[in-house]
Amino acid sequence: MTQTLQLKINGSDLRLDLDDPRATLLDVLRERLGLTGTKKGCDRGQCGACTVLIDGRRVNACLALALSHDGAQITTIEGLARGEDLHPVQAAFIADDGFQCGFCTPGQIMSAVALIAEAEAGLDPERIREGMSGNLCRCAAYAGITEAVLDATRALALEEERAA
Amino acid sequence: MKPFAYTRAETVEAAIAAEGALLAGGTNLLDLMKIGVAAPDRLVDISRLPLAGIEEVAGGLRIGAMARNADIARHPAVLARFPALAEALLSGASPQLRNAATAGGNVMQATRCSYFQDPASSCNRREPGSGCSAIGGQTRNHAVLGWTEGCIATHPSDMCVALAAYDAVVMIEGPGGRREAAMESFHPLPDAAGAGPAPLSPGEVITDIRLPDPGGMARNARYVKLRERTSFAFAIVSAAAALDLRDGRIAAARLALGGVAARPWRCRVAEQALVGQPATTESFARAAELAVQGARPSGDNAAKIELARRIAIRALSLAADGTPDRLAALPASVFAGENNG
Ligand SMILES: Cc1cc2nc3c(=O)[nH]c(=O)nc-3n(C[C@H](O)[C@H](O)[C@H](O)COP(=O)(O)OP(=O)(O)OC[C@H]3O[C@@H](n4cnc5c(N)ncnc54)[C@H](O)[C@@H]3O)c2cc1C
Ligand code: SF4
Ligand code: FES
Ligand code: FES
Repeated sequence: MTQTLQLKINGSDLRLDLDDPRATLLDVLRERLGLTGTKKGCDRGQCGACTVLIDGRRVNACLALALSHDGAQITTIEGLARGEDLHPVQAAFIADDGFQCGFCTPGQIMSAVALIAEAEAGLDPERIREGMSGNLCRCAAYAGITEAVLDATRALALEEERAA
Repeated sequence: MKPFAYTRAETVEAAIAAEGALLAGGTNLLDLMKIGVAAPDRLVDISRLPLAGIEEVAGGLRIGAMARNADIARHPAVLARFPALAEALLSGASPQLRNAATAGGNVMQATRCSYFQDPASSCNRREPGSGCSAIGGQTRNHAVLGWTEGCIATHPSDMCVALAAYDAVVMIEGPGGRREAAMESFHPLPDAAGAGPAPLSPGEVITDIRLPDPGGMARNARYVKLRERTSFAFAIVSAAAALDLRDGRIAAARLALGGVAARPWRCRVAEQALVGQPATTESFARAAELAVQGARPSGDNAAKIELARRIAIRALSLAADGTPDRLAALPASVFAGENNG
């Protein structure tokens, strides 16, 4: 039986017909919508490469059944930049060498965006490392990732101050 | 993954009547479906049931079955009065998983026994009567208490260990009406032939979890978890401890161990032995001895008995020191230094 799925992805409303309910959100993003920025690492919740925001919260898209999230707002790595300008977290990952091969990076960045919004880690490197522990990096760029999150936290706070 | 029909339940009654596998956050069920361990014909999505609330009731707490693990851990009443529950939750899985995982799903999550997860292995829990490949195999995450030759698996939840220590009650609704079960005995122990009965009958749904008033234990409660890496790993052994201290003496104590049995292991004999004693390492050591009484290795895992004993002492000692105002940067870690609790 075909079921319809409505999602708002990176600001655009989409309606999709799903003839197989087995699709995960990760499969829909990558196979149906061509949004391949979100990576499939383990497909079992263990690596964080598939991290996206669902209604603003970070989750593993590989363990999210697409139909279960009918009506949700999804943000992927493709939806982060502001026009031609990189999002401050993206910019910080480049400035601080927060990656090597880059495979885990979209997941790391989405996770970092959420971590900063959660506002629980602040500028404590230990809390940042713990808060990023759902994202593994086989290249072990962890030191750069922590620096990038610290810098992005500062940059976003500054932005907020200026806007106030 | 085997094909299935997908339906969504809007009410608890509909979920009970639907006769399918219940899907909440999906972080365990979808995983098991991918590896072929679960193969339901029908998936009943209960994630939108109006059961996500967390409410204070008469000094205690009611946690809806659909409340997400992350939201429970952040709730002000949980942080203030049930801090060992917050610490247990934050020591489990990853931030992403905790955003999806629900309270009900956490209680009902399957064992992480690797032979249970491998359809090519014999497993009485997965396929009654087939045997148990774990016996004689890799038993690092297997039981040292309450096990039988039928099944030596452990329940992997951190949350349930804290809940058992807090005297939590699981509220259940099913075709036969409502019932409740104490968290500490909700998960059946194995019998001689296998994993024992299922904790829920077909059609039953967990609606919420109730916690009574922790009274004088609110700010002397901790969870400690030993694992192979400091974050994002299941417990080898863990302990939840809470104390009601009056002038340095113990008026009441709670202790539960994780990673050691098919259920969170509440240590009532140890708790009783602590009553009236001074809050000293000597008292805690005697209690920890009682906590692991009757423990025996189910394979090459005798070390877990000693680790459980030590982790019980550590949890009781940290509980006696008082819960820090802010949770440690590394929740439940034995490496959390003095400066961060
Ligand atoms: C990589 C990884 C690491 C993890 N690490 C940890 C860890 O360190 N500590 C830890 O404690 N846990 C850990 N977990 C497990 C995690 O906590 C569980 O997967 C999660 O809590 C399950 O909740 P859910 O809502 O996603 O359940 P689902 O996957 O939706 O369901 C799980 C089971 O519960 C049943 N169920 C769900 N809700 C109800 C209900 N209301 N009534 C009756 N039955 C119900 C389902 O039918 C299913 O059988 C980890 C998981 C992963 C994938
Ligand atoms: S220990 Fe239990 S779950 Fe693991 S293989 Fe044996 S019967 Fe199955
Ligand atoms: S691909 Fe989803 S966590 Fe690894
Ligand atoms: S940059 Fe290669 S896996 Fe992280």
